[in-house]
Amino acid sequence: MADFCEHVGKVLLAEAGIAVPEGVLVRAASQAAAAFDELGECVVKAQVPVGGRGLAGGIQRAGNAEETARAANEILGMHIGDHDVTTLLIERQIQTCHEFYAAILNDTASRGPLLVFSTAGGMDVENSFTLAPAKSVKYSISLHTGLSFDTARRAVSHLVGGESVDSVADTLARLYDVYLDTDAELVEINPLAIDMTGKAMALDCKLVVDDSAISRQPALAAQKAHRPESRLETKAARSGLKYIDLDGSVGILANGAGLTMTTMDAVETYGGKPANFLEIGGEAYTIAGTATELLLDNPDVRSVLVNFCGAFARTDVMVKGVIESWKAIDPQVPVFFTVHGTGDREARAMIRRDLGLEPFENMDDAVRAAVAAGSSK
Amino acid sequence: MILRRHNRILVFGLTGRQATFWAGKMIAYGAPIVGGVNPRKPGIQHLGLPVWASAKDASANCEFDTALLFVPTTAALSATVDALEAGAKVVICLTEHVPVRDVMKMVAMANRCHACLIGPNTAGLVTPGETFAGIMPAFNAQVFRPGEVGVVSRSGSLGTLVCLNLVQSGLGISAFCGVGGDPIIGTTSRQALAVMAVDRKTKAIVLCGEIGGSAEEEAAEYAATISKPVVAFVAGRSAPVGKRMGHAGAIVSGRTGTFASKVRALERNGVAVAHLPSAIPDLVADALQIRPQSRSGPET
Repeated sequence: MADFCEHVGKVLLAEAGIAVPEGVLVRAASQAAAAFDELGECVVKAQVPVGGRGLAGGIQRAGNAEETARAANEILGMHIGDHDVTTLLIERQIQTCHEFYAAILNDTASRGPLLVFSTAGGMDVENSFTLAPAKSVKYSISLHTGLSFDTARRAVSHLVGGESVDSVADTLARLYDVYLDTDAELVEINPLAIDMTGKAMALDCKLVVDDSAISRQPALAAQKAHRPESRLETKAARSGLKYIDLDGSVGILANGAGLTMTTMDAVETYGGKPANFLEIGGEAYTIAGTATELLLDNPDVRSVLVNFCGAFARTDVMVKGVIESWKAIDPQVPVFFTVHGTGDREARAMIRRDLGLEPFENMDDAVRAAVAAGSSK
Repeated sequence: MILRRHNRILVFGLTGRQATFWAGKMIAYGAPIVGGVNPRKPGIQHLGLPVWASAKDASANCEFDTALLFVPTTAALSATVDALEAGAKVVICLTEHVPVRDVMKMVAMANRCHACLIGPNTAGLVTPGETFAGIMPAFNAQVFRPGEVGVVSRSGSLGTLVCLNLVQSGLGISAFCGVGGDPIIGTTSRQALAVMAVDRKTKAIVLCGEIGGSAEEEAAEYAATISKPVVAFVAGRSAPVGKRMGHAGAIVSGRTGTFASKVRALERNGVAVAHLPSAIPDLVADALQIRPQSRSGPET
């Protein structure tokens, strides 16, 4: 998931013609105080791509330049949801008479875009749906016809007061344009406020762009929020491998997402703890050697479990890669193989010939052996 | 969708390295491939088959009802449109990382054409002993042999493991349907279940799910309405929350897509849930009321 900070999303909203509060992006308390002089009473907001900023103290109101600088000082250097706060958005305070929730997202059930709108903005929306279902609406949008002003107006008119309904409908139709233009998985305005003149204004913006589409969104890709990741996760990403650090001692190498998850589940079932998620499905099966190096770079690994069930991923190609890296590194940990599917006869022969090991006939036995070896000192 | 020997297949991207390997395996298995599509290489012969610039061109020269897509992510949508416009009734998209917006358009168009889209990010379809299309080891006798169990799987690798377990226990496969690991796909697990429910050869169905989305919950509701027994396994019990586990669709976000929710829905609807794939064969045998001694295999 490509996540974006509020300020990136708000620029896109503004470009689409949605009203947002006037604001300035700053990186130091002195700049924040200067921003107050320009904006007046303001809100100081931590720019991290996670929810719960308000609860963490990362959003504060300020009534003068000193308060603004103090809030900025306090928030800069905070650590919210694994992110260090290095940037602040200073925004003019807006008096509101109502706050709605609005989002457009990819809906797996209807397999199209879904508009979600609720009268309970600014709070945990998942809860508000169960607490007050009558006050929210979910509207499936046809990609073919899109979301026009009229359609949006019909979808939400029973939830929005007469004076503001046109402004809200206009915002929703424009929000749909942003969703389309950015290849968004989710674009959310929470709260979508009604100001004292009855006009809708986006006080926050959450944007998540489809990972599979980010390469055709070069302008956005450059502004993607940096995800906190471990040394090995960074290294894996550079090689095009899907790797997640876990806190156990059994190193896992498998092909394909489903099989890798299943292997982790089996390790836990037999009393072990996985050291990682690492799958070499898809084209990555040709770089099994690189994956092996990565796995062995984790000092917590006490045993290695190699579980291949070759469909597209040819097990002979994968095993060859593993053996080459294994011999080059010569690690002092035991390895346990179970190999089936495309190319398995050759693969098993290589394991016997080059490593002098006997692959396990079934996964459960291999997992039990790897867990036993990985748990002992 | 169950693929039959009479389904004639046009392979998009036939001239590529991977497609050459897999189409070769399909031909050897008896799958009737009629030709390939590559807009940059029309007129050549590959694997002894003609290559056309488009499905439209191909349709003027030969008959096909199934399109198999070995194409890059940027070409998945246009290939699907081409295949459907040329009259394909089944489109199997193997491509991973197709932008979701493109997938939505592919799904909508397939629905308009009353055609069946499998995938994207599917491992394909196998009808053991008859035909296959995609990247599953249909030709490996340890993994696939004809039988009575239908298998539906989001993952190709897990599907392979499950078929292996069934075959090692002496059971056989009537049909395998890889629905794909993406969050939005053409044929859903529920729809695949519906096809297997009316297939005469299929006596029991194994559903291989994983965390993320609500496909298993929807399939579970459907399973309660059919007479054939359904056995399930859900991968990702040990996965951390909020992390995408390899498949674009395999992520627990907030309260949706959790392992617990899926198992609860399956069990509530009478589906036996295996703790590990190795437990699936016994559950299937129990459901089919096959006595263990009537089965044979390396394990017994």
